[in-house]
Amino acid sequence: MALLHSENRPNYPDYATAPTQHHFSPYADNGGSVVAIAGDDFVVIGADTRLSAGFSIYTRDQNKLFRLSDTTVLGCSGCWCDTLTLTRILSARMQMYQQEHNKTMATPACAQMLSTMLYYKRFFPYYISNILVGLDNEGKGCIYSYDPIGHCEKTTYRAGGSAGALLQPLLDNQIGLKNMQNVKDSKLTLERAAAIIKDVFISAAERDIFTGDNILINIITKDGIKEDSFQLRKD
Amino acid sequence: MFDAAGNPPPFWHNGPTPGGLYNFPGPKTAPSDFRQHSQAPVTTATSIVAMQYNKGVIIAGDLLGSYGSLARYRNCPRIMKVNDNIILGAGGDYADFQYVKDIIEQKIIDEDCLDDGFKLKPKSLYCWLTRIMYNRRSKFDPFWNNFVVGGLQDGEPFLGTVDKLGTAYTDKIVCSGYGAYIAVPLLREALEKNPTPSKAEARALVEKCMEVLYYRDARSYPKYQIATIDEADGAVVEDLVSVNQNWSLAHMIY
Amino acid sequence: MSSIGTGYDLSASQFSPDGRVFQVEYAMKAVENSGTVIGLRGKDGVVLAAEKLVMSKLHEPGTNKRIFNVDRHVGMAFSGLIADARQIVDIARREAANYRSQYGVSIPLNYLNDRVSMYMHAYTLYSAVRPYGCSVILASCGEEGPTMYTIDPSGVSYGYHGCAIGKAKQSAKTEIEKLKLSGMTCRELVKEAAKIIYLVHDELKDKNFELELSWMCEESGGRHEKVPEHVFLEAEKAAKQAMEADSDSDTEDM
Repeated sequence: MALLHSENRPNYPDYATAPTQHHFSPYADNGGSVVAIAGDDFVVIGADTRLSAGFSIYTRDQNKLFRLSDTTVLGCSGCWCDTLTLTRILSARMQMYQQEHNKTMATPACAQMLSTMLYYKRFFPYYISNILVGLDNEGKGCIYSYDPIGHCEKTTYRAGGSAGALLQPLLDNQIGLKNMQNVKDSKLTLERAAAIIKDVFISAAERDIFTGDNILINIITKDGIKEDSFQLRKD
Repeated sequence: MFDAAGNPPPFWHNGPTPGGLYNFPGPKTAPSDFRQHSQAPVTTATSIVAMQYNKGVIIAGDLLGSYGSLARYRNCPRIMKVNDNIILGAGGDYADFQYVKDIIEQKIIDEDCLDDGFKLKPKSLYCWLTRIMYNRRSKFDPFWNNFVVGGLQDGEPFLGTVDKLGTAYTDKIVCSGYGAYIAVPLLREALEKNPTPSKAEARALVEKCMEVLYYRDARSYPKYQIATIDEADGAVVEDLVSVNQNWSLAHMIY
Repeated sequence: MSSIGTGYDLSASQFSPDGRVFQVEYAMKAVENSGTVIGLRGKDGVVLAAEKLVMSKLHEPGTNKRIFNVDRHVGMAFSGLIADARQIVDIARREAANYRSQYGVSIPLNYLNDRVSMYMHAYTLYSAVRPYGCSVILASCGEEGPTMYTIDPSGVSYGYHGCAIGKAKQSAKTEIEKLKLSGMTCRELVKEAAKIIYLVHDELKDKNFELELSWMCEESGGRHEKVPEHVFLEAEKAAKQAMEADSDSDTEDM
């Protein structure tokens, strides 16, 4: 018996006599990173534009920031087919709210709705790390970050997606001024926030193969949403 | 007890290894109220190569239907003209493609019957395909296909793709299967040098890609279809294009 | 129909003592209140023509059509209540689509006719429903050559060379009988059909009407479609001229 199943025999899958099993996974990791930083009267969110699967790059030009209203933007990374579905349902829900209440949904309400929608799929989750940003009812910048099943936390800066674990400590240091001694806490300006986002994405593109090509940045202030873009390395 | 060499018997006979799982004797109970879905493709088609040119879109795919490693069916057309605005290519399971194709064709007939002058547009078909693909993957019963939608919408060329999960994106270059590894780099390099190729240039590029794919992809075939769509010539599917083979190099490889 | 129902006319599920189903007869009355529709079957195809009565000048021209596509090769024209007819059209379309999905070929007209007439007949059997207030002409030009059927509200259907339903069906039939249908081409039949519709139109009772003409023949590639603009205008012109010549001779007689 042992002779028949020699360990040293090479494995030729095409000549195997056993039925081949293709297992089907409904999820894919399409990479991508999202970073958001909030200030007193603004919030900045950036996402790279690379859509990939493993070592292949599907496209170098994929927007991952979704405008839900004039003051709310959602950044998504993870399983792209889930992102497409979730954002489509979200924009339908935004429209329904608008038509039902005759006003646009505020960012905190959006944040709660997103959490509920994610938890609704608790046992077949949307595999997305979401970062929702916007201005709250007082005009202050706010950031809500989520896990795939709807846990929601309000913060002032957040990194998510494939380079999230790489970038969050960097933000802790640069914006949260953590783990340093004798630092002066100065007010964060929009210019500095935008510059930090570009810097951290450059760093992410160096170390993370799923992040690269370009970043798209949305800057939300009381005057509306401004778009900006920035080239990253493409390898 | 002791064997001929005088070794003691194993400490624990016929039982689980320490830390292992124990299988209780007696009849096994397995759940019976489950449904098994088709989880693997059967007759498959390989890569699709597609790109945009200055005023239109070109899609190519060979005619082979593979049954595992067997080159079983040699005339499996998988590029179709949907209407005057849309061409569609598909890779993966051929039966699933034919099923979806029938649905699309009935959609077009229904539309023609209404006779209100409305024609399905490429973005609409692309969006519809993402929905059916996503819905089937959510039932764990996917259509095992990659679809490539090409067309003209508002005078602009459109090229998009959907896979079996419902992952969808649009780009100037779209290739599935081995084409994603072999044709995409060739096309991206060409497009970097010449971002707006003419129809003839695009066709030459795609034909080159089909040639290289034929040399390298064991599940490919030298006869293929090419479809183009643009304002000047409309949607045209050429049913029998052949790879211009050149094996002279093979003599130098040992 | 001069007798009153005396209680037997309230339900489609009850015969009268002299063996009639009044509800069905009333449904036929509804058909006779509606504009005339004719079908002419020639040697190379079928022509359908409808007199669409326009009740108000405020109506948009070209709406509420009375000739429909059922499948690429099948046309349906109706006379009677438009809402009822639309449901029949929908049923016919579903039958055609279902047949195509099952057998991969287009539905034979005799089979479609059987299915639709069975459906209409079913609505003459129960007290809970009322019969359809419309008659339809089904026509196609496929492999079996040109074919045409009419179905009336009772669910009875016959095949025809030439048929007429609606208001002026009697005089239209008289006119059709004068034609040598089996020797005529669709080009000729279009003109004859237009002439007949104009001729049987009652200008005193119904002021305005729109002419609808459709055909299925070699020229339309076997498809059922509206006759092309220039053919339509030519036929309409010929019909109007014939009417004028007719009225001239009428005045001469006096």
